[in-house]
Amino acid sequence: MKKPDKPEEIKEISLESGIKVKPVYGPEDIKDLNYAKDIGQPGEYPFTRGIHPLMYRKRPWTMRQYSGFGTAKETNERFKWLLGQGQTALNVAFDLPTQLGLDSDDPLAEEEVGRVGMAIDTLKDLEEAFADIPIDKISTSLTINPVASVMLAMYLVVAENQGIPWEEVRGTTQNDILKEYIGRGTWIFPVEPSIRLTGDMVEFCSKNVPKFNPFSVCGYHIRESGATPVQEMAYAFEIAVAYIQEVLNRGLDIDDFAGRIAFNFDIHGNIWEQVTKFRAGRRLWAKIIKERFGAKNPRSMTLRMIAGGGGGGLTIQQPENNIVRGAYYALTSALSGTQTMALCSYDEAYTIPSKKAALISLRTMQILADEMGLRDTVDPLAGSYYIEWLTGEMEKKIVECMKKVEEMGGMIKAVESGYIQEEVSRQAYIQEKRIQSGETTKIGVNKYVMEEEKAEVEIHQFNPEVAEQQKNKLKEIKIQRNENEVKDALLGLKKAAQTDENVMPHILKAVKSYVTLGEITRVFKEVFGEFKEPVGL
Amino acid sequence: MSEKRIRVLIAKPGLDGHDKGAKVIVHALKEAGMEVLYTGLHKTIDEIVNTALEEDVDVVGLSIYSGAHLPLSKKLMEQLKENKLADKLVLVGGNIPSGDAKIIKEYGVAEVFPVGAKLDEIIEFIKRKVGEQNEKT
Repeated sequence: MKKPDKPEEIKEISLESGIKVKPVYGPEDIKDLNYAKDIGQPGEYPFTRGIHPLMYRKRPWTMRQYSGFGTAKETNERFKWLLGQGQTALNVAFDLPTQLGLDSDDPLAEEEVGRVGMAIDTLKDLEEAFADIPIDKISTSLTINPVASVMLAMYLVVAENQGIPWEEVRGTTQNDILKEYIGRGTWIFPVEPSIRLTGDMVEFCSKNVPKFNPFSVCGYHIRESGATPVQEMAYAFEIAVAYIQEVLNRGLDIDDFAGRIAFNFDIHGNIWEQVTKFRAGRRLWAKIIKERFGAKNPRSMTLRMIAGGGGGGLTIQQPENNIVRGAYYALTSALSGTQTMALCSYDEAYTIPSKKAALISLRTMQILADEMGLRDTVDPLAGSYYIEWLTGEMEKKIVECMKKVEEMGGMIKAVESGYIQEEVSRQAYIQEKRIQSGETTKIGVNKYVMEEEKAEVEIHQFNPEVAEQQKNKLKEIKIQRNENEVKDALLGLKKAAQTDENVMPHILKAVKSYVTLGEITRVFKEVFGEFKEPVGL
Repeated sequence: MSEKRIRVLIAKPGLDGHDKGAKVIVHALKEAGMEVLYTGLHKTIDEIVNTALEEDVDVVGLSIYSGAHLPLSKKLMEQLKENKLADKLVLVGGNIPSGDAKIIKEYGVAEVFPVGAKLDEIIEFIKRKVGEQNEKT
């Protein structure tokens, strides 16, 4: 058989986002590209090459592994250990009852207390979680969404008690409720009141906690739920636009808060498609903020992000291969110009990461930062015919995908109707069929499959005693606290929730009086009701 | 006469929000000609058993990624028995270690399909088992 040697004889290659790739690219493919206008210097509009002039030359990316399990005390020990190993920031995992606003003694919390993260019922728990951790020096990401307002309030009181003024508190509440309806699934209230809570937080932070990011828009979980890289970016941007509209409606100026908008994205799949989705994303986001929303401050136009190695790329089969995948994801993330990096650990298809697995992830990022030259020069892929061409194609596709959402009346309507959920689950099914048929290669899954493999993974043992400990602690607190203060705080909160008064001062008052997360959530449920999931597929 | 279509309930018990797997299965079973109902997230075992009863399904599939698969599977099987629904074909899918799969089958679950299970095999399994069940009755 004759070997194919001419480009036209070679099998067609299509990226996940549907873009066809030629075997060779050259000057012709980017002849219309204007460096100053379309690419620009790093740190300059439209920020295609990066949001800072010197990027990693000045400071390496922040390393922020997701961690937390059991009690606040156990989690505090893991935090301190990670920081001791050179991790530079924290990303907090809460258990599902906490994420859904249920106290540890709620019947619905049974079997879940302390399982996938730490349990937080009252301020006391969060104080223990951050004992001896200087929260003005360590930036912390709190992975919580529908009840992010409560966790923010608790965190601010912890800061106060550590003697740190709110002006110095740095960190992020994930607080991206729209993506929870699409993937990840920790939603409680209907869409409109949930967005109102986000608006309350943004307004409160812009006045009182200026270094805090009140929400981080997550393309990550949308991609993990099956979206293509183009959908990941497009839906994340449409979500961010929905939040921006909410805040602008309250009379704030775009430059009052756009500089504190953060994003959380996913890395797995084709390396070039990932790198260019970020280069295209930075350029497009800058244009949206400047041209559509009229921002004047360049900082408002920058796409600040965490880009993490996604669990969706990891496999149950031959789990040690995931260490290698993680390293490539980290490389991709660095080539993408991320501000913060996180990696799913090699055992995460099985369990909560062991200490060993978490350490390998951290060392992967450290090796990349210190040994491989990734910090030498900014955006080293710039100017490549293929990369610049693909950046342009990705941008076009993202714009097209955003247009579809806008034609439906924006992200809130597209989520309430179930349109986005349907698009994403259909894409997940298509991708699963591609993997099962072998059309998309996955090593160890549909190629180089090994029989008789025994996974050498240490499974995290869930401790059922955590629930009892939490329940007892909660009982103690309820005996000791001042019930009049509690009633008073809850009444004030309810009144604020029923009107358009900002709820943040009332939540702060409540958590200081040791009102529980569950009690606050119940008030919101009474006033707002609960989300009805559109389940037609 | 056309054969009665197999009715399947795909359910997400507990607080776990990972629904990608459940939704992929819904798509696959529908494409295979089955009637599929999806509960949506955050359902209690009580709610799932009630839906199975009301909708008269042949198959109940639980999808669990939170690690709480043992207590949830056990509870489902107990409540199905109490409601005289022990004849339902019950399947469990999700992030299930192989050691736990054995335990889940001891509770009376017909089969466990962990992450990466072949869609064709799941479809074949359901068709074969429901066929056998129909021959018996």
